[in-house]
Amino acid sequence: MSEAAISGAGTMPGSSTLVDDWSADKQAYHVPWGKAMMWIFLVSDTFIFTCFLTGYLHVRLTTTEPWPLQSEIFALSFGGDPIPLILIAIMTFILITSSGTMALAVNFGYRRDKAKTFWFMVATAAFGASFVGMQAFEWSKLILEEGVRPWGNPFGAPQFGSIFFMITGFHGLHVTAGVIYLLTVAFKVKKGHYDKKGYEIVEIAGLYWHFVDLVWVFIFAFFYLL
Amino acid sequence: MAYVPLADQDSEMEMHHPHSWVTKYVWSQDHKVIAIQYGGLAIAVGVVALVLSLLMRMQLGFPETFDLIDPSSYYQSVTMHGMIMVVYMLTALLLGGFGNYLIPLMCGARDMVFPFLNMLSVWVYALSVIILMASFFVDGGPTGGGWTLYPPQTAMAGTPGHDMGIVLMLLSLAVFIVAFTMGGLNYVTTILQYRCRGLTMMRLPLTVWGIFIATILGLFAFPALLVSAIMMLFDMLLGTSFFMPAVIESGTPLDHNGGSPILFQHLFWFFGHPEVYIVALPAFGLVSDVLSTHARKNIFGYRMMVWAIIAIGGLSFIVWAHHMYVSGMNPYFGFFFATTTLIIAVPTALKVYNWVLTLWEGDIRLNAPMYFAIGFIFTFIHGGLTGLFLGNVVIDLPLSDTYFVVAHFHMVMGVSPVLVIFAALYHWYPKVTGRMFHEGMAKAHFWCTFLGTYAIYLPMHYLGFLGVPRRYYAMGSTDFIPETAQDLNVTITYAALFVGAAQLLFFINIFWSLRNGEKSGPNPWGSASLEWQTPDTPPVHGNWGDELPTVYRWAYDYSVPGAHEDFIPQNVPESVEPTADEQHFDPSHDTSKADV
Repeated sequence: MSEAAISGAGTMPGSSTLVDDWSADKQAYHVPWGKAMMWIFLVSDTFIFTCFLTGYLHVRLTTTEPWPLQSEIFALSFGGDPIPLILIAIMTFILITSSGTMALAVNFGYRRDKAKTFWFMVATAAFGASFVGMQAFEWSKLILEEGVRPWGNPFGAPQFGSIFFMITGFHGLHVTAGVIYLLTVAFKVKKGHYDKKGYEIVEIAGLYWHFVDLVWVFIFAFFYLL
Repeated sequence: MAYVPLADQDSEMEMHHPHSWVTKYVWSQDHKVIAIQYGGLAIAVGVVALVLSLLMRMQLGFPETFDLIDPSSYYQSVTMHGMIMVVYMLTALLLGGFGNYLIPLMCGARDMVFPFLNMLSVWVYALSVIILMASFFVDGGPTGGGWTLYPPQTAMAGTPGHDMGIVLMLLSLAVFIVAFTMGGLNYVTTILQYRCRGLTMMRLPLTVWGIFIATILGLFAFPALLVSAIMMLFDMLLGTSFFMPAVIESGTPLDHNGGSPILFQHLFWFFGHPEVYIVALPAFGLVSDVLSTHARKNIFGYRMMVWAIIAIGGLSFIVWAHHMYVSGMNPYFGFFFATTTLIIAVPTALKVYNWVLTLWEGDIRLNAPMYFAIGFIFTFIHGGLTGLFLGNVVIDLPLSDTYFVVAHFHMVMGVSPVLVIFAALYHWYPKVTGRMFHEGMAKAHFWCTFLGTYAIYLPMHYLGFLGVPRRYYAMGSTDFIPETAQDLNVTITYAALFVGAAQLLFFINIFWSLRNGEKSGPNPWGSASLEWQTPDTPPVHGNWGDELPTVYRWAYDYSVPGAHEDFIPQNVPESVEPTADEQHFDPSHDTSKADV
């Protein structure tokens, strides 16, 4: 940034870089098209989840019946006393771990270590798939054993089930799509499809994956803990 | 990790050149063909919505005359007219049509960044239109709940289309949002990342700025509509109660309770208000370019025009509840939303002043696009001023749901963008087809449309003051409405039929001129912006021949003192022609700036 000294004189160092990027010709960010587009998509997707969560908070405030106690509904007992939220804790742990393996895959991608990139992406996808599997277990337990339905449940406000299935379902679809996306990219990496194009695609897939994780943190906090 | 911009790469992007008629005109990845597909389909559904509005006018002007229109079909016409015009016509035409055609050409790009995604966008849009049109043919017909689709009314048995119609409408909207997202991501990324050498953001024509900010608004606002559509679909199909409170219908309680209809209104208007500016901002941009070109004068206050677009876009997200004053809210919220609403008038008025000052002492060429552009300034000021009335809570309460509101939003977001669309269609017609339209017919079209719409909407303001409620199938006999109000209704209906028929002039003109128009040459208006400098007219796939253009100046170098002609194209180097007065505009200190 040789111009930084000129146009950014007297301003903060970060802001001068921003001004330079935006006043440049050709492109506003030094990133590939796909990465720029993924960022914009993720901001748009953020609005979707924000609307879902805001809608949930509003419904929870206005509904006429009491809201069920999540810690009791989402408890599992292993032999003895029920442990509240244990399944969700494991799911959250797995998803956050998958972000770590994804970051390693991105790192090895830029080092052009195809084998390690491939295996770390497959590991990430496997964590994601196990997350979806546990979600399926949670859903089936709620539906079959506890009688929770989208239109009603034995614990209290019917909106509890509606919101639960809608938001976790929408997030689960995101995770499922992410698993498919990661596997597609992983196998293309293995075949050497990106040797000429560069390995930014691994990072782009990683952006999506980290986003899905981050959204889960908010769903976890707002729906299960609040 | 440095990334090399395409304009600096040795090998350029691979173009998927068409090999057959099908890949050239149907599954085309060329942004120009996609633009015409988007635009053509949008205009076609717009004609359907126009016919629906004429049906409504016939009923209002001559009640108890037509067997064709019963209360149900009247409400269905109201609903479908509104939704089609706002979403499927204006949004699709301005962003999908003009956005697709002009963004790559004005940015000096070969195409959108992801042409395949762009192609998917137009065909998913076509799917959403098919789903929407299918609702005319299902049991019960399309939904008749008003274009705002407020629950619980839309779901109640008394409302036409309460079973299949509303489901298809919501489904179609969700599909439309998918299509818009695919296109919108492309537009934003293309504008940000795929400009040619020398083209900085502050050298972009205002058209691109308008479309850019409008697309960002769309990407952030449509999610709210998607979420409300999903939640309402669940209410309809799965029996959930997101929006449905406990309702007793004909003595029997429905299977819903505890939902919040107000939540739907918040979500809908969080989308709905930015939607107004999704339509308005591209129109602001297009009209700026048309005015500047035909006034042979640079746009007045370019930088302020850009900042005004950005300010309007930002403010549009914090005004939505001014649509809900009568829904009931904390008075402090009403105060907040009234304040933010009125603040929007500041950047908007700034734009209007700048358009007028662009005309001031210009070398105005009064041709058809200029007629429409100047007509827009009139209708927009008119609609904008009535918006100041409705933005105030105390004035809005008595005027809400009267014809005053109908007149206001038709002037400001119906007639105004449509006049800009006609201006832009006539203005860019020579570039798209290589031929001129018939000037006389276009001017006749202007006078019929401009005067005709005033004949329609001016009396409606008066009806609104009288308290005539909107969306009523028939007034019957009411004490507070004088009988003479019906005379106004008849007049309005005649005017509406006249304006509707006058649109034939437009269609005859554009189709007749395709074959019989004069050859226009590459740049008939003497326009300085980049899209008129393509080597071929109409531009071929890839737009720019062997080499991408290089830009040396902004898009508004008209009537520069000392220049050979009264315009200097953007791609003419500074050494060839004297630059515009430096004190007017200095976009970037160093144009030969190389990336590190």
